[in-house]
Amino acid sequence: MFKNVYNWIDERLDITPLWRDVADHEVPEHVNPAHHFSAFVYCFGGLTFFITIIQILSGMFLTLYYVPDIINAYASVDYLQHQVAFGQIVRGMHHFGASLVIVMMFLHTLRVFFTGSYKAPREMNWVVGMLIFFIMLGLGFTGYLLPWDNKAYYATKVGVEIAASVPVIGSYIADFLYGGDIVGAQTLTRFFAIHVFFLPGALIAMLAAHFLMIRKQGISGPL
Amino acid sequence: MSNHEQHETAHRPVQRKEMSRRQFLSYTLGGTTAFMMGGAVLPMVRFAVDPLLTKKGEGNLVKVVEESRVTAEPQEFKFKIHQIDGWYESEPELVAWISRGNDGKVFALSPVCKHLGCTIFWNTKGHNEYDCPCHDARYSKDGKNLAVANSPLDEYEVVVDNGIVYLGPLVKNTRS
Repeated sequence: MFKNVYNWIDERLDITPLWRDVADHEVPEHVNPAHHFSAFVYCFGGLTFFITIIQILSGMFLTLYYVPDIINAYASVDYLQHQVAFGQIVRGMHHFGASLVIVMMFLHTLRVFFTGSYKAPREMNWVVGMLIFFIMLGLGFTGYLLPWDNKAYYATKVGVEIAASVPVIGSYIADFLYGGDIVGAQTLTRFFAIHVFFLPGALIAMLAAHFLMIRKQGISGPL
Repeated sequence: MSNHEQHETAHRPVQRKEMSRRQFLSYTLGGTTAFMMGGAVLPMVRFAVDPLLTKKGEGNLVKVVEESRVTAEPQEFKFKIHQIDGWYESEPELVAWISRGNDGKVFALSPVCKHLGCTIFWNTKGHNEYDCPCHDARYSKDGKNLAVANSPLDEYEVVVDNGIVYLGPLVKNTRS
């Protein structure tokens, strides 16, 4: 049944080479932990991506219940965590996964740094990786405000005041992030939009560039 | 020659029904992947379908009006119910058209038109009928659909106790 459907599509669109290209791609010996166990350090990039997928999925499900509104935000988070079945788990995945992404990304960066993988011809991929790093930090910063509890409120206040200390343009950055004069209703909707639309969009584009470049250039050679 | 052939058959490997190493590996890898994906995705799916599996709130009876004020002519009465909508609790006001039927029984009709959900009113066009302003649906005093709509107006469950009319959840029209 599944085979027939697949063949029908394959005859028309020739989709086999698309996944064959990925499936038959050989893992070089020096990055395969089955050959040298120390090669597990090459897994951190993939682990970062895996957790990012978990973050995107759990985030999508959280928005089924969450509202970015100063009256209802905290109540809706409280409701989805304590009243909805598996709410503790789904929010837990998003909450702890956020920290785990940063940890994995940091380890991945260390591996790239200490194996010298950032050197020519892969400098562009290092730069894109750094952009991904800052997008992830932005996602962490904007996501922190969304539960609208005291910790979220003051973390945002402090964060925006740090941004405001930038010479010349600082006060404009602060106004842009606040969306008004205080950390309030407009800040919350702004951070929500940035957190679920703008930054994930940029992240997916950057990840695509990251992966296309590593496929094109191949993984760096052994030390 | 025939001897040689017999020799060949004797040494043919026994055909056993077992899977190849490759098959075994793909089953274990596929199974592990499915287990891990399931562990991640199932909580999210259960989380998403929670509204389907939670028990629906039961309607309580709400005190609306003294029985003595109910007349043969339908009158509009407003009453408040307590509503819990996720994290939001409110006391929305509902409307019932209450009258006494020809059989002397008190009954209460919902003002929601069964055509497309607009709000109907009694006797706005002077025909002693319920009229809907949206598409001219008409209903009799008992809520029977006379034009446009396909079914009669819903009724509130009515309990008369000690001269007081209490209304409960909506039920199908019992009078037409």
